[in-house]
Amino acid sequence: MWDLVKKLLFYFGVVLIVFLSVFPFYYAVLTSFKTGTSLFQVSYLPSLSTSTWENYVGVLTNGSFPRNLLNSLIVASITVGVSLMIGVTAAFALARVRFRGRGLVLMTILGISMFPQIAVLAGLFELVRAFNAINTVPALVFSYLIFILPFTVWVLTTFMRDLPVEMEEAAIIDGASPWIIIRRVFLPLMWPALVTTGLLAFIAAWNEFLFALTFTTDNTHRTVPVAIGLLSGASEHEIPWGPIMAASVIVTVPLIVLVLIFQRKIISGLTAGGVKG
Amino acid sequence: MASIQLKNVRKSFGAVNVIKGVDLEVRSGEFMVFVGPSGCGKSTLLRLISGLEDITSGEMLFDGTVVNNLAPSKRGIAMVFQSYALYPHMKVSENMAFGMELAKSSQSEIDKRVSEAANMLQITPYLDRLPKQLSGGQRQRVAIGRAIVRDPRVFLFDEPLSNLDAALRVATRLEIAKLHHKMNNVTMIYVTHDQVEAMTLADRICVLRDGLVEQVGSPLELYEQPNSLFVAGFIGSPKMNFITGVAAEPYKCQTLGVRSEHLEIVPAHGVWNGTVVHTENLGSDSFVYVDIGQEEPVVVRVNGTAHFAPGAPLQFSPINNKVYRFGADGKPLKA
Amino acid sequence: MTSQNLNVTDARNAPTVKVLGTSELTQERLRAAMWFLVPMLLVLAVVAGWPLYRTIYFSLTNASLTSLSGATFVGFDNYYSSTTLKSGKVLYDGILVDSDWWNAVWNTIRFSVVSVVLEAFFGMIVALFLNADFKGRGIVRAAILVPWAIPTIVSAKMWSWMLNDQFGIINDVLKRLGFIEKGIAWTASDATAMLAVLVVDVWKTTPFMALLILAGLQQIPKDIYEAADVDGVHPVKQFFRITLPLVRPALMVAIIFRMLDAMRIFDLIYVLTPNSSSTKTISVLAKENLFDFDKFAYGSAESTVLFLIIAVMAALYIWLGKVRFDGGDR
Repeated sequence: MWDLVKKLLFYFGVVLIVFLSVFPFYYAVLTSFKTGTSLFQVSYLPSLSTSTWENYVGVLTNGSFPRNLLNSLIVASITVGVSLMIGVTAAFALARVRFRGRGLVLMTILGISMFPQIAVLAGLFELVRAFNAINTVPALVFSYLIFILPFTVWVLTTFMRDLPVEMEEAAIIDGASPWIIIRRVFLPLMWPALVTTGLLAFIAAWNEFLFALTFTTDNTHRTVPVAIGLLSGASEHEIPWGPIMAASVIVTVPLIVLVLIFQRKIISGLTAGGVKG
Repeated sequence: MASIQLKNVRKSFGAVNVIKGVDLEVRSGEFMVFVGPSGCGKSTLLRLISGLEDITSGEMLFDGTVVNNLAPSKRGIAMVFQSYALYPHMKVSENMAFGMELAKSSQSEIDKRVSEAANMLQITPYLDRLPKQLSGGQRQRVAIGRAIVRDPRVFLFDEPLSNLDAALRVATRLEIAKLHHKMNNVTMIYVTHDQVEAMTLADRICVLRDGLVEQVGSPLELYEQPNSLFVAGFIGSPKMNFITGVAAEPYKCQTLGVRSEHLEIVPAHGVWNGTVVHTENLGSDSFVYVDIGQEEPVVVRVNGTAHFAPGAPLQFSPINNKVYRFGADGKPLKA
Repeated sequence: MTSQNLNVTDARNAPTVKVLGTSELTQERLRAAMWFLVPMLLVLAVVAGWPLYRTIYFSLTNASLTSLSGATFVGFDNYYSSTTLKSGKVLYDGILVDSDWWNAVWNTIRFSVVSVVLEAFFGMIVALFLNADFKGRGIVRAAILVPWAIPTIVSAKMWSWMLNDQFGIINDVLKRLGFIEKGIAWTASDATAMLAVLVVDVWKTTPFMALLILAGLQQIPKDIYEAADVDGVHPVKQFFRITLPLVRPALMVAIIFRMLDAMRIFDLIYVLTPNSSSTKTISVLAKENLFDFDKFAYGSAESTVLFLIIAVMAALYIWLGKVRFDGGDR
């Protein structure tokens, strides 16, 4: 009897956790299909009669949202690509070569990933303006590197440490230089780690707000988070909740799908990096 | 094809001295086994020879040329690792060809050497497979094949059998012994903690202890003339019996060593007497454990089977006075 | 020092020892490591080092958004200054006597401490659930990744809709249950704005905490619990005597990282509760001064102080925790 109660309580807890995790997103989806007055009547379950794709159509055809999506995609992809390229070799040096000052370099990397973005904002702004780069992709990529690159190097270093030492030594005896070891031996083995790291970095870049807010000034150059964050009407009652929720769902669904597909890898990457969500 | 000389070689990791001045000569074409308990530095010594680790001080010569700073790939060595260390993403043939490919050998030359090595080790059917599709024994054969393809002057083995199960270990041991006969001009150095492997494979054994060479010699030399208590106890199975105190007095030494096969049970007037603790019957022979008041029971080997009830009194003596006498310093006493 | 001593004894024991140069292999690897690190260090110097230096520099000038290059050095005036008027009255200025600044500091600390404590607490609960063996564990793990995957801005918007005073589902639920009669303006009212921010942050970040703690929990060998069960140790006691002490290192790392992260919070607050002084943190305040109020130098000074606070915290952590960065061999 007591066992049954315990079991019931346990599953109640489980259901509660799942409910609390998923409900806000569920509610956003629900709202995104509503327009007009039905938007302002609270409902808990989807109803076909009031559902409409209008918000989605509106967001995707009018205004600059498709452009914002493209901006986000380009900026995040380039940032992650550059970080991975620089990061793989750096991680090899940090994970595999004993040299004086290695601890210091690792500490610096971790330290920079902990920088408050606001602390570099003024200096970055001066740089971006000096190069006349406001509203450009390079300005965003450049500023995103400050947190994506240390993160990438850090996670890749943890992954690279786990590769077997004897395999590297076999390659050394076969006459492989460090560069050959990376290219021919480690990289083919590290693609799962690269995917994980890349994905985590991509999500972080995709979600960035402060730099994108500061270094873009018009709607066509904004990234998705800024576009969504600044979508607003003239007064509170005119906030276009329907389109906001539709846009939110559009940018979130791909992330959720990716995260669910790579669930295990992401968890290993998060805990390996142990740095940032 | 290469002789190797180590002159007062030392290695320390930070403040820890692992190799504390080793002088050793490995002759050209011989099969040398480094053996010793874990932590004695045998693997480190092998890695110093391979060039994977730098020597802290001393000199290492291959065929009379100093190779202290020479890169591993230029030493003409090949190494077989405990974990096989195959490249998991390359097919067997690619694994074997990798070194030659990096050395920019011609494709025909590579193909020739790979197929020769594969034939020798009977792994030809697996050339197109990935390492993960092979069993442990097959993987180790591929690792050996990869080493053969390099056509090395010196073959290094780092505990190559310890990841295999008992039956496979014996089979692969035989394989390695055959390899040594076929490639009898290649110097081979083999590291193991298993003295049976050492005894069965080696031309000469180098017993290491605590970063120093304890004794170098042929298996029989070490077995018959151990020059320390440590070597005497390490080589041979079962372990040599050590008798100390009053029981050793008749032989005027600190410690008396007797191998179990050099003891015989006598009806009366035995040198020692005690009570039976336990009997192990192995069929062809038996080992009787006798408590004579020493720290450990003395093991006596008996031909065929033996039947002694625990607690039964027993007397025994050395055969032909085959005993080893050691002084307080652990060194053998002159006769 | 130790190594010198060692060399001395070594030399005494073995006078013939030759000290050697570095081997080809080591040289090759060191050279490669250097070339591998240079691009990263260069990029970091340009994107992090230089801008940080400039921010600190601006904080010591009177720079304004329109004339960055025309800035003149004013020392620590942005931090603290006093002017004596002819009448003998002394005027103080600078962030140290700025009530907005201290309000932001207080908000930042309040937010960081409360959110991290709650996240650690709920994270621990979720981790304990996930560490148990039950049907559907995969679903729960997938579900808790959802809040983590949602962009912060999106969750801010989602929640501000749910927390809407007139049409929000949360007010609707509370009204139906009879707790309130009139909808509460959660994000707009000073009394509840911080609560709203905390709810959203806890919702979004607890999964990350839970996963880190779970990784720690999974390191604990199962047989410890079996032994405790055999000894009849009560589960609650097991938690406090076994689980908590063993998971503490993982928990501490998670808490520190989250703490440093929470201290710099910007986006959630900027979007969820704009213009509410009861949630305005240092980052938000500094951003406003930098770009909205044209007090560029003043904002730089505030940014600099936030950087210093976080740097000191990180340094304390590294020092007290004796963190070893040089973990791996080779």
